[in-house]
Amino acid sequence: MSRDMQQYLRPGLTSTPFCPGCGHGILMGLILRAIDQLELDMDEMLFVSGIGCAAWIPSPHFNADTLHILHGRAIPAATGAKMFNPKLRVVVVGGDGDLADIGGNHLIHAARRNIDLTVICASNMVYGMTGGQVSSTTSVGAFTQTTTQGNPYQPFDLCKLIIAAGATYAARYSVTQPFALIASIKKALQTNGFCFIEVLSPCPTQFGRHNQLDTPVAMIKNLMETCITKKKAKKLSPEELKGKIITGEFTNGAD
Amino acid sequence: MVRYYLSGNEAIVEGAIRAGCRYYAGYPITPSTEIMERISIRFNEIGGVFMQMEDEIAAICSVIGASWAGAKAMTATSGPGFSLMQEGIGYAAMTETPIVVVDVQRAGPSTGQATRVASGDIMQAKWGSSGDYQVIAVSPWSVQEAYEQTISAFNLAEKYRVPVLLLTEEAIGHLRERIDVVKDIEIFNRRKKPGAAPFGTEERDGVPPMPTFGEGEKALVTGSTHDSYGFRRTDDPLVQDRLVSRLNEKIINNREEIIDYEDYYLEDATVVVISYGFTARSSLFAVEALRAEGRKIGMLRLKTLWPFPDSLKRNIGARANVLFVPEMNKGQVAGEVRKYVSCQVVTFTQTNGEVIYPDAIIEQLRRYL
Repeated sequence: MSRDMQQYLRPGLTSTPFCPGCGHGILMGLILRAIDQLELDMDEMLFVSGIGCAAWIPSPHFNADTLHILHGRAIPAATGAKMFNPKLRVVVVGGDGDLADIGGNHLIHAARRNIDLTVICASNMVYGMTGGQVSSTTSVGAFTQTTTQGNPYQPFDLCKLIIAAGATYAARYSVTQPFALIASIKKALQTNGFCFIEVLSPCPTQFGRHNQLDTPVAMIKNLMETCITKKKAKKLSPEELKGKIITGEFTNGAD
Repeated sequence: MVRYYLSGNEAIVEGAIRAGCRYYAGYPITPSTEIMERISIRFNEIGGVFMQMEDEIAAICSVIGASWAGAKAMTATSGPGFSLMQEGIGYAAMTETPIVVVDVQRAGPSTGQATRVASGDIMQAKWGSSGDYQVIAVSPWSVQEAYEQTISAFNLAEKYRVPVLLLTEEAIGHLRERIDVVKDIEIFNRRKKPGAAPFGTEERDGVPPMPTFGEGEKALVTGSTHDSYGFRRTDDPLVQDRLVSRLNEKIINNREEIIDYEDYYLEDATVVVISYGFTARSSLFAVEALRAEGRKIGMLRLKTLWPFPDSLKRNIGARANVLFVPEMNKGQVAGEVRKYVSCQVVTFTQTNGEVIYPDAIIEQLRRYL
């Protein structure tokens, strides 16, 4: 992490707990850069996270109020704090398993209520902390510890889900698109209502090694090839779009 | 003094508001729903925040979030909803979050009989979440006491930074009675001390001051094992032992101050009825009927169920020959009483979804008099 960002980190911390090649450290830096560029006051910010690797992005690292709550329950806890004290700028950071699997019901209901939260879902398409089990964002055919024959089920399109539920803003980017991602986080932090960003983050340790992507470089390269912008996607045929992940903003049926 | 005519559920709402509750989140479930309905209306009048959440898990977690944001916060539920809240209760105990959870007990297990009465959640209230922790649980026997105990539940939660459970029953929830509300009621607000360690203290009561989100304290809150400043220490045996011990001791060591009870005719009693909640009304009626016949019978009414009044039991158990425990469950409190006394403990259980009538208690008691 660049020294400029150190002011946003809790004093006394020297390292992150993330594995080599994990994308969560990149995301951590990008969130802080967005905050820095907007010149937000960390004293007015609350970061809420559940359980999993991504929940460790804000807790304990961010030098603000941080609530590390039960698995899947970050959004209801954030709802309680935000509703009682609307002056708090509340950001939820979690993984795909935490926010979309066990916490899926809370996710869609908070989107439906359009509660003024920024929710950042670091999606590595796998349960990382528990050793690499299939999640609701794992692609069809992917190998995990619990889908050794390949995942038979289709994943959620989280952005479509969130917009259908009634949220103001949804976006999807990969940590390989850092500048677009910073812009998106800034937009979410400045927009009233429920704002959701799905961030594709590589997990070579638990996902890559079962899917012929067992080095950090291989995973990053794969993400760069798989993730295409909305603009590019428009030019591709359905055949060419197969297996691609479309990134960009997906708001209010505008696309 | 002002006089009202309210149901138990309504009185809980008024008690909560009087105690300073300004955040409520809930999910509809019989027979507790009137609490949520009334508080949603009352908060419109007085300016509290009400949320009907998508389930009981969301309800208790949002109450926890609101509490850290500075609210006196409450949720209420029944039966299966109380089961869903257990993980949240454990989290609140671990993170020392003051919350009040009302359980209007109904006949279980599972969905059971939603509109019928029971007191089957006494053990779940103590042991429902994982690991070793303490909660405070109180149980009212009247609408008046439902009001008063709701206030003391908030006071205890704030004072000891612990989840406090109000274990009422369907029969109290839906009973309508006159209540008297006095002007002067002691209200306790959580202790703050900017910069102090939020999860450790040298104070004798073992309760650290609590920061509030948004006040620049940069609080670090986690349900994982943490040191006194909230940093995760998930593989340090010393920190784990110190934390779990303090969470338990701050309640156990203060139990003389926490525990509340009432006793009747204990001086010469050889048979003592131990009773709580709605059943205590029938018990007292039975005891007074038998006293009128000249029987040496007394009664202890438990207003606090957790922490369990163990020393009280020991004293009474040393004097009486028989302890008689009528309950609308399969002997949950009787089993606890047996842990502390060597005299005969007789259980009288009823799990048919109806209240225990005085006649039934009198009939049973005659065998021991």
